[in-house]
Amino acid sequence: MRIACPHCGSRSHAEFAYHGDALPRRPDPARPDAERAFGDYVYLRDNPSGPHRELWYHAHGCHAWLVVLRDTATHEIASVTDARDPAESR
Amino acid sequence: MSAATRRRREARLPAGGLIDRSRPVAFDFDGRAYAGYAGDTLASALVANGVRLVGRSFKYHRPRGFLAAGPEEPNGLVELRSGARREPNIPATTVELHEGLEARSQNRWPSLAFDLNALNGALAPVLGAGFYYKTFMWPAAFWERVYEPLIRRAAGLGRMADDPDPDRYERAHAFCDVLVVGAGPAGLMAALSAARSGARVLLAEQDFRFGGRALSERHEIAGQAPAAWVESVIAELAAFPSVRLMPRTTVFGSYDHGTFGALERVNDHLAVPPEFEARQRLWHVVARRCVLASGALERPLLFANNDRPGVMLAGAVRTYLNRYAAVPGRTAVVYGDNDDAWRTAVDLDRSGVTVAALVDTRATGTPPLALPPGTELVRGTISAAHGGRRLASVTVESAGGRRRLACDLLAVSGGWVPTVHLALHRGARPAWDPDRAAFRVTTPPRGLELAGAADGEFSTAAALASGQRAGVAAIEAIGWRATAQSLPGTPPEPSAHEPHLLPPARARKSFVDLQNDVTVADVELAGRDGFVAAEHVKRYTTLGMATDQGKTSGLNALALLAARDGRPLAAMQGTTDRPPFTPVAIGALAGPHRGAEFRPTRRTAAHEWAAGEGAVFIEAGPWLRAQYFPRPGESGWLAATCREVECVRSRVGISDVSTLGKIDVQGNDALAFLERVYANGLGTLRVGRARYGLMLREDGFVFDDGTVARLGEDHYLVTTTTANAGGVYQHLEFCHQVLWPGLDVQLASVSEQWAQFAVAGPRSRELLARVLGDAQDVANDAFPYLAAAELALADGTLARLFRLSFSGELAYELAVPAADASRVVRDLMAAGAPLGVAPYGLEALSVLRIEKGHVAGNELNGQVTAGDLGLGRLASTTKDYVGAVLGRRAALMDPARPRLVGLVPCGRERRLGAGAHLVRAERGAKARDDEGYVTSVAFSPTLGHPIALALLARGPERHGERLLAVDPLRGRSTPVEVRDPVFVDPDGARLRG
Repeated sequence: MRIACPHCGSRSHAEFAYHGDALPRRPDPARPDAERAFGDYVYLRDNPSGPHRELWYHAHGCHAWLVVLRDTATHEIASVTDARDPAESR
Repeated sequence: MSAATRRRREARLPAGGLIDRSRPVAFDFDGRAYAGYAGDTLASALVANGVRLVGRSFKYHRPRGFLAAGPEEPNGLVELRSGARREPNIPATTVELHEGLEARSQNRWPSLAFDLNALNGALAPVLGAGFYYKTFMWPAAFWERVYEPLIRRAAGLGRMADDPDPDRYERAHAFCDVLVVGAGPAGLMAALSAARSGARVLLAEQDFRFGGRALSERHEIAGQAPAAWVESVIAELAAFPSVRLMPRTTVFGSYDHGTFGALERVNDHLAVPPEFEARQRLWHVVARRCVLASGALERPLLFANNDRPGVMLAGAVRTYLNRYAAVPGRTAVVYGDNDDAWRTAVDLDRSGVTVAALVDTRATGTPPLALPPGTELVRGTISAAHGGRRLASVTVESAGGRRRLACDLLAVSGGWVPTVHLALHRGARPAWDPDRAAFRVTTPPRGLELAGAADGEFSTAAALASGQRAGVAAIEAIGWRATAQSLPGTPPEPSAHEPHLLPPARARKSFVDLQNDVTVADVELAGRDGFVAAEHVKRYTTLGMATDQGKTSGLNALALLAARDGRPLAAMQGTTDRPPFTPVAIGALAGPHRGAEFRPTRRTAAHEWAAGEGAVFIEAGPWLRAQYFPRPGESGWLAATCREVECVRSRVGISDVSTLGKIDVQGNDALAFLERVYANGLGTLRVGRARYGLMLREDGFVFDDGTVARLGEDHYLVTTTTANAGGVYQHLEFCHQVLWPGLDVQLASVSEQWAQFAVAGPRSRELLARVLGDAQDVANDAFPYLAAAELALADGTLARLFRLSFSGELAYELAVPAADASRVVRDLMAAGAPLGVAPYGLEALSVLRIEKGHVAGNELNGQVTAGDLGLGRLASTTKDYVGAVLGRRAALMDPARPRLVGLVPCGRERRLGAGAHLVRAERGAKARDDEGYVTSVAFSPTLGHPIALALLARGPERHGERLLAVDPLRGRSTPVEVRDPVFVDPDGARLRG
């Protein structure tokens, strides 16, 4: 696979580390069911066949955390954005 | 005149072919000397020498000759070279003949002509599909002791070399606009169209000569002999600076987003590669578009004994005749279901071979070509071949009845099967095209165009046009404009084909997969045994699982399954193709990364200093670290380590701790950020102070530990363990960019930029005072325990001083820029000489920390909580941090969890081993009695006996209790007493002094 890093350009997937689903948001630790919410956040992941927003870390590049919209069935990548982009804010 | 010479004269045409008759080449096959010419393959040279028998089959040891002339060859596998360069299972059809080439046939004993295991042929009824599973079921113990060694000797292919491969293997990367796979007429036209438009083109051809099928045929292209036309195209391509021509290069795999794997056989055509040159080079190609012009493979026809030496694919016969001027027989019969087969009869006749008959399975039709005079046209089929080590005759069935025709060569053609493996690697599914009588890839994967025979365009004219179209399409797909181009003219070629798919009835020994000896009967048996789907049949019968991966068997197998199930061929789905297209040696995949070069060796900046001090080095993660510094007369590592520990405890020692991870943290929100990533509170940390830092994972378990030093108002330096340097940095970037992007903080890894030395022992203050002078007052009140400072050494060198102690002694760590490391550590040593300083290594570092009860990698194993390590009181209850919520789960706070303790031996057996399990002494060693395990062990020179750290259920409540440390791996049990984990200076008076 090739991932188009917004900072470095098109690079081999071997430069990146995979971190899985980008959707889960770290819960508010003050909420009354925090332990359950954190349990879900840490342990529960969907495993969809199709479009999937996932986190990749450009370990052997610019060290950016990226949100990659990738089809898990075809490996087609629709978009790559910075995780810290306000549109990705969590 | 020797027999070999006589045969060579018989089998080599006096003129023609693309061999260089001015360059004879001597080679050796099965210990006999032969001669061929430059331009030959090993196979063509053997054919030209009259050699027909080239191998014995995998299971039945049947005699075999060449079926093909390319990489699809199932029979003619040889062992190449000898000694450490021996390489098994290489198709002789792909070996470029070279001076001094040594090859041996495989799977025969004692000789190729007389093979004792050929008796297996008589045992065929019990060696059918699945025979491993059925015959050798019982008794179970017999499998390992009797059956398997027996089978392994009888079945199997070549032998691996016993010694490490002495040759070099390289890796390389290439980037291009258009990758063209295959340099036949279609590939050449595609490359030409793309190159003329200015694109960066990479043309890869598995053969050592460009031209593909054009080298094997006689009809003209653009009014020239086909090879001459190829030469002219290659000359034009070579003139483009943007074109890279890669002969001897197989594109073996197609991966996502235009990534391809290719193997270049740089020096396989030499017995020994020139000095400093690679034997093979593995290419990682990134292409914006790919034109797949990989041609087609001919399908053999099925009949009894269709594996006899002398039965050869018709296209391969033409290759041997036209390209190599090698004659594979004297009297031939041609057998086919298509027009293309007829060309073989004409070419054989032109080469002086008698063609007894052309057997066409089609009942009617206009003859596409004029047959040679004397060649009989039979409308019918061949039901069986006859002969032993050489074909003698065939049985022909026609309306006129059954009869035998004598021949020593049978050219067979079941039509051409497009080579679409690289498209299938990407998930394409081929569909049956009735017009072209072939499975084609009609919806290719993104970025890939098919062209020529690979797309079912079998005639030269169609292939040329298709190649040009694909080249233009590739150019336009990347947004360029293609220049107008003309097509070379070719004479018309008849190419009608009516697939004849099924074998004659009762043809027992009719082989579908020649390399794995899978017959029609085996496929039928698999069906009776309940294996219906193609993937199941493959695994039950091993059909398509040999080194050729079923290149000549796939379509025949599918047709058999379709007939068995009464389904149309078009409804059938073949097995999944995966890379590599042809075998790739593990050595080529490993490339230079073997032995010491398996991964880079990281040396610290002061490595040369440690080496000069006589250090013995050890691999620690990616690092090479000083393990200990032996002195003359010391008996080994233990003596040196004990001396180094005593030196630190009584005087002063110096250790290189540069491998610790170091991360610079700056910004207005630096403190807020660190508060969220460390479990312990940092709010009260003043500028010029450092503190222990404990980091959890979000699941509440301990991730790493280190120190946090505050160097300025918004400037912190944190350290990590050596092992987690990369992981902690990635985690902090995650926290910064993903969890809390709003915080104003910047992170930079400075692990490589700063070297760091521990100066530890009661005289460390004196030592540092001598080195630092006025740069820093190191008196206890001026620079107390956990102080941190940035300073300049007397010579202006930038430095950072921390009062930290891993050993439990009065100790400092001095950090300097990596470039200054060697000089500064030598200055430290010189200043310490009058104080009795000595360098200490990783072993002593470990003993010192175990004596002090400090946890390290052995304890931070991903399964421990802060509470388990006795650090529970550090975890803040007043702030949010990573791991805060889940770290407070009841199960993680359970006092019954295994928790950190110290152990000392208390019986006659004094030896302790890490990994030993703790049980109550009176109850004996049963797994269910397990209460914990030993994590770290050392001989403590300070206490004079072994000590250990362990994780023990309810450990802190059990000090004084006696247990048994059971170590079945080392075969011993050691009575131990549970103690506090801090063995030395539990009050910390030394480190604060």
